[in-house]
Amino acid sequence: MAENPVVNAPARPGPPLWLLLELTYRCPLHCAFCYNPTDFARTAAELGTDDWLRVLREARALGAVQLGLSGGEPLTRDDLEPIVAEAHRLGFYTNLITSGVGLDDARLHALKKAGLDHIQLSFQDSTRQMNDFLSSTRTFDLKSKVAALIKQYDYPMVLNVVLHRLNIDHVEEILDMALRLGADYVELANTQYYGWAWHNREQLLPSRIQVERAEQTMKRFRERVGSRMQIYFVVPDYFERRPKACMNGLGSIFLTIAPDGTALPCHAARMLPGLEFPNVRGASIEEIWYGSASFNHFRGDAWMKEPCRSCPEKARDFGGCRCQAYLLTGDAANADPVCDLSPHHHLVTEAVARAERPGAGAPRPRPEEKPLVFRSVRNSSIRM
Amino acid sequence: MNQPVIAASSRPAVARGFRLQWEAAQNAHVLLYPEGMIKLNTSAGEILKRCDGATSIADITADLERAFATSNLSEDVMRFVNMAVEKQWLKIPS
Repeated sequence: MAENPVVNAPARPGPPLWLLLELTYRCPLHCAFCYNPTDFARTAAELGTDDWLRVLREARALGAVQLGLSGGEPLTRDDLEPIVAEAHRLGFYTNLITSGVGLDDARLHALKKAGLDHIQLSFQDSTRQMNDFLSSTRTFDLKSKVAALIKQYDYPMVLNVVLHRLNIDHVEEILDMALRLGADYVELANTQYYGWAWHNREQLLPSRIQVERAEQTMKRFRERVGSRMQIYFVVPDYFERRPKACMNGLGSIFLTIAPDGTALPCHAARMLPGLEFPNVRGASIEEIWYGSASFNHFRGDAWMKEPCRSCPEKARDFGGCRCQAYLLTGDAANADPVCDLSPHHHLVTEAVARAERPGAGAPRPRPEEKPLVFRSVRNSSIRM
Repeated sequence: MNQPVIAASSRPAVARGFRLQWEAAQNAHVLLYPEGMIKLNTSAGEILKRCDGATSIADITADLERAFATSNLSEDVMRFVNMAVEKQWLKIPS
């Protein structure tokens, strides 16, 4: 690591420590809360194996060390094993983020042998009915089998469940299920509203009472089971008064490569207008990370508007999420409207107020009444 | 959960799911775990890299004292190992 290619750049950013490869947009599930872009069906062909391996080598040489393999469903790529093997050889800590569909004994054996460090398995709900409804598939039994397989191969059992209006009242059942499956960690991740989730926001946003009840339930459960199973509750930012420090600021730690090779400072950033994100087919990771205009654009605070620019908290939250600012206000340089100092904060409180409509928080939501748009190639091609 | 008793004869090892490695780009040892990373200071890195599950805390301490030409490290090492076990970075094989 003797090279120092840029000599006259003050405040050179640190390396892209966290590399996320979205290997494919193909997915056997059709989750209505997916953050993938709704027009994913229009994106260009996926990178080939050699390109992914080159991305791994170049990013690792810059100092990338945590690797997420995601999608879509990464298991739909039949070269996942060689990709994991090369990542492991290079010294990445490799995390597979999967629905579990396609993970059988033979593939898990091969992935373990390739050096896979960690698997995060998603569940949509605690019941077959709701899991299958929310993912628009029949996968519940399969996922339960995969959970057992993950334990059998001596991986920590890490479950991720995305919470929203239609399943948040099932937190107790979800945690009971996780305990039965022998989960070591459970991440209850409240939906973040990008991509398909943004499209379905009015159907997915829970009421404040639902969120508070879920958090109480989670805390009681945590006290009951102790350290046997660790529970993380990702608070939904719509109910907060300060924004999340999204990506620790764009271009500071995270680098996402989309299936077609587009390099992004966050997996949702492709939506941001006026930025030409580079593609790894035409540029090295080093050129992209340090030299491209789109990665430099939101570094520092020169891009900020008021109230962020003069706000002492900008060093902590970087003005929040650029994508959320853009989606809600039409301008990515505005403060994240989650912040109650934002002149657009009412856009968030109004959405939350709409979620208080009658029927919110009902113990048994009737999902068949909600016109959710599921993530599918057909819906991506036709409706978006 | 019962914490294991940690003695000078204990042989700590980096816990399952964690990996210790040197990162040239950060000029530091780091401890990697699922979707996370801890950047270690020099002494933490020097202690952890000796925790191989076969070497006792007493031997680790003696090795550190030799390597850094110093003495009286046993309290510091013991304090760090206790903290690392509590954080579940290290385990004490039974």
